[in-house]
Amino acid sequence: MENETIRLTVNGEPFEAFVKHNSTLLDVLRNQLKLTGTKRGCDAGDCGACTVIMDGRPVNACLVLALKADGREITTIEGLSEGATKLHPIQEAFVEQGAIQCGFCTPGMIMSAKALLDRNAKPTDGEVRTGIAGNLCRCTGYVRIIEAVKAAAQKSG
Amino acid sequence: MRMRKFVHLKPKTLQEASSLLSQYSGDAKMIAGGTELVNRMKGRLITPEYVIDITYIPGLNKIAYDEKSGLTIGALCPLSDIEFSALVSKKHDALARAVHTIGSVQVRNLGTIGGNLCNAAPSADSAPILIGLDARAMIFGPAGERVIELKHFFIGPGATVLKSNEILVGLEVPNPAPHSAATYLKQSLRRAMGLAIVGVAVVLSLAPDGSIADIRIVLGAVAPTPIRAVKAEAMVRGKKLDGKLIGQAAKVASDESEPISDIRSSKEYRKDIVEVLTGRAIQQTLEQALKTL
Repeated sequence: MENETIRLTVNGEPFEAFVKHNSTLLDVLRNQLKLTGTKRGCDAGDCGACTVIMDGRPVNACLVLALKADGREITTIEGLSEGATKLHPIQEAFVEQGAIQCGFCTPGMIMSAKALLDRNAKPTDGEVRTGIAGNLCRCTGYVRIIEAVKAAAQKSG
Repeated sequence: MRMRKFVHLKPKTLQEASSLLSQYSGDAKMIAGGTELVNRMKGRLITPEYVIDITYIPGLNKIAYDEKSGLTIGALCPLSDIEFSALVSKKHDALARAVHTIGSVQVRNLGTIGGNLCNAAPSADSAPILIGLDARAMIFGPAGERVIELKHFFIGPGATVLKSNEILVGLEVPNPAPHSAATYLKQSLRRAMGLAIVGVAVVLSLAPDGSIADIRIVLGAVAPTPIRAVKAEAMVRGKKLDGKLIGQAAKVASDESEPISDIRSSKEYRKDIVEVLTGRAIQQTLEQALKTL
């Protein structure tokens, strides 16, 4: 009664997972689907390290109860690159702009950036800051990250 | 820590949801977006055995408008739906902007307007502006539906008039009065992901001669619930505003507030900021309203 099978699409691929009701999408992605690109930071919806895109909207996977992910389309950081070597333009921009230090915030930061650019292809500085306001970084001081998002926006023409 | 084991129920109708809430009573909690609830469960502040997920009930996440009743907003609308709704921006832009101050992009995509109101934090950012706009809350219960004015919805920190088997289903926001404008200003420790240490909503309408036909000044985060600064309102109602009168009204609003000191701010600072933001909000709203004359 406290467990159930859910069906969800992750990065275009259909998955079935037998989940405990008292688990979250983050638990399912990392522990059951072995997609460890999405990070567990605060596990409380504050830091954004667990940001994934669910049905087109960036959300904190640590706040999504497992059952709520049933029937949904999820994109994680693994879904951005093509295979192991071809990076998404946003990932490339992060590398080129020096926006990655320890890298722990990076997957969540990039998912937020992707969601932002999908909605607004040419964001202003202020709009970038608002777009990543739910993602904390302890290393970089954010400047290079903001430059990387703007550079990625330029790339897409 | 790990959430305690629970059964996640997905009622398909309001009646079913209300029955489950009655049936499981103290062992159940209602969930919408979960941005508050999941955290509390992880911290074991609450340990429900049953989580009653009302997001599978159709029809509660719509935003609609009609000439007579105004704007209707379903309680299950994610905050981002309200933030980006063309309809809300057109009819009550201040509401869209108030909702934008809540949490972060990610939180607003999951969290709902109903959740923001029903969690009833004294600092809830959607409350002051909705109270200022004379919004009404539509509530479903075993006895049927009832509608109450939102200003009567909150009874204390974390507490609303909802009985344990009642569900907030939506909000009605009446049409704005002619020559009116609205503003919500939030003071917080950071530009996102912060609770308001003071929130001030001002909604006012002008008479043809530019005097104040009616006004609402609603303060958040400075009392156990959002409150109307009724003395400050009475001071300016019917008058033509100038800087001096606005300043006096702002001081009265500050005197009406009852903030506490907590980890975010002191009561003295909050009182000061009520005065500053009230003055600023009245000024900004007045300027917007004057443009409509």
